[in-house]
Amino acid sequence: MFSVFRDLVRYNIEFTIGLILVGIMVVFAGLSFFAPMDPSLIYMAPPDQPPSTQYWFGTNSRGQELFWQLSAAFKNSLQFGITVAVLSRIISITVGLAAGYLGGWVDRVLMFVNDIFVAVPIFPILVLFYFVLRNNMDSFTMALILACFGWPFDARLIRSVALGLKHREFTRHAVFAGMSTRKVLVEEHLPYVMPIVFATFMNNMLWSIGMEVTLAVLGFTNINNPTIGTVLYWANSHSAMVVGVWWWLVIPVILIVMTFLGLFLLAMSMNEYIDPRSRLRRMGA
Amino acid sequence: MHSYLWFAGKRLLQLIAVIFFGVSAMFFVTYLSPIDPVEQVLGRLASRSNLSPDAIASTREALTAMFGTDQPMMAQYFNFWMRVLRGDLGASLMAFPTPAMELVMRSMPWTLGLLLTSTFITFVIGNVMGGLAGYFQNNRFFKAFGILAMGLQPIPYYIVAFIILIIFGFLWPVLPISGGFAMDVRPSWTLPFILSVLQHSLLPAFSLVLVGLGGWFIGMRALVSNIVTEDYVTYAELAGVKRNTVVGSYVMRNALVPQITALAMVIGGVFSGTIITEQVFNYPGMGSLLVDAVNAGDYSTVLAVCTVSITAVATAIFIVDMLHPLLDPRVRAE
Repeated sequence: MFSVFRDLVRYNIEFTIGLILVGIMVVFAGLSFFAPMDPSLIYMAPPDQPPSTQYWFGTNSRGQELFWQLSAAFKNSLQFGITVAVLSRIISITVGLAAGYLGGWVDRVLMFVNDIFVAVPIFPILVLFYFVLRNNMDSFTMALILACFGWPFDARLIRSVALGLKHREFTRHAVFAGMSTRKVLVEEHLPYVMPIVFATFMNNMLWSIGMEVTLAVLGFTNINNPTIGTVLYWANSHSAMVVGVWWWLVIPVILIVMTFLGLFLLAMSMNEYIDPRSRLRRMGA
Repeated sequence: MHSYLWFAGKRLLQLIAVIFFGVSAMFFVTYLSPIDPVEQVLGRLASRSNLSPDAIASTREALTAMFGTDQPMMAQYFNFWMRVLRGDLGASLMAFPTPAMELVMRSMPWTLGLLLTSTFITFVIGNVMGGLAGYFQNNRFFKAFGILAMGLQPIPYYIVAFIILIIFGFLWPVLPISGGFAMDVRPSWTLPFILSVLQHSLLPAFSLVLVGLGGWFIGMRALVSNIVTEDYVTYAELAGVKRNTVVGSYVMRNALVPQITALAMVIGGVFSGTIITEQVFNYPGMGSLLVDAVNAGDYSTVLAVCTVSITAVATAIFIVDMLHPLLDPRVRAE
């Protein structure tokens, strides 16, 4: 595992940049555990102060220090993204491995369901959930809903790998040795799909955080919970650009772009790493 | 031909299943939610004006009859389906008494126009550029384009649309940033109106193209750079087949097949993007309608928008899937 990591850093500039960007953002989000004040409180600092040595990222019109506000926002959003990614990974691994290994009608039924989930547009459904739940929709409920829609692409990918594994020698050995189906899947096949799981993990986080931002800027989430989206929502609702509080929008946008670019580069370089042909080309072999 | 019909039949079944599942899910979300639509509408009405208790009671009765919330679940479910099939989801509450469906139909051409043109432009430019970048791997221009496209690709629609809004709204105001057409033209099939519509759609379409381009570019470049290493391409080159023919018919056409499948898969996502873009640029499509309806607590319109968008996206995917066998002879022969 460590040598894979070392190779990636050495031969893959995208991976290194991605790692640095995501690392910065994780440290920044982690700072929120040492925040001097509760990020949901307002009028804790003089409003509309530009960035200075005292207020690093300035303060917003609601009297919050943007540095701590954004730190908490990124912590919540990253947490949200990780929750969705973990939950949907569990579904996609289960479905993908089972469909690939068991085959037959199990495969057909699962893939039929899979295709349905791919085709349903998620955004109207999410808005509908907000519409009926209103303020009962906290970030965990939303994570659950997104996880229910975030698995089908990756389940298909995992299935295609599992299909190939099914006819390999070691699977036959495991079955003849008396391993149960569950054991074959978890102990023999799961390690082979782990690289895909990691790569899609990042992509899934990108997708879910993007969805959260979108819903939040429309005001369709709990707007008092600081997340990347709600910071932008409040900036918009105070017309930050028009009244000249540019740092309230520009700084979050820069940080968001950094996060997304970092996660994307990680996902892409891992994807490339999984494909041995492109890996060899990169290492000059 | 027989196998094509078989393929089409299977896909059609799937289309019906998607619509059935999606619309049913919608019904159960609204049914199982702890919030009663009647009380919600009443709350909104009562907060705006002083109503006498009698008026409230009779409004509640009328609303209960309209939503049918006093009936058992299966009857409600059945009624709901009957209404969906008839295309009548009740009167809109924010534009009473216009039927909700009419509001949706009025805004649909805007969304469809934006979605279709921007998806088409994105798909063509992204794939052609990606294909060329995969074939001419050492070309500086394509390398630079790749870095640019990759940098834009992961950023959420909203942020890109918003940055464009800031640039063209505050820093360099040359293009209209809001509305579907100018205030001083009447909606009709005349030249000034069409020009005005085109002018207003530039920025929303531009933001959609900008976000979508990277994915196609990266995908196509990867596909083509795998295909050019195949023996048949080398053979064709050595045999002196014209370069344009090699790129066009030997490489790109083969690489296009998985891209068509991918197109079917991303349509749902592009639709979400369109909704957001409309909201940012205040474009009079279904996205703006949905947001307005949610903010106004307009139950019928929200359900109508959701039903229509699920049906429309599923149908679009179906149509793209139908194109697949035309490009890939293997599906035809299957």
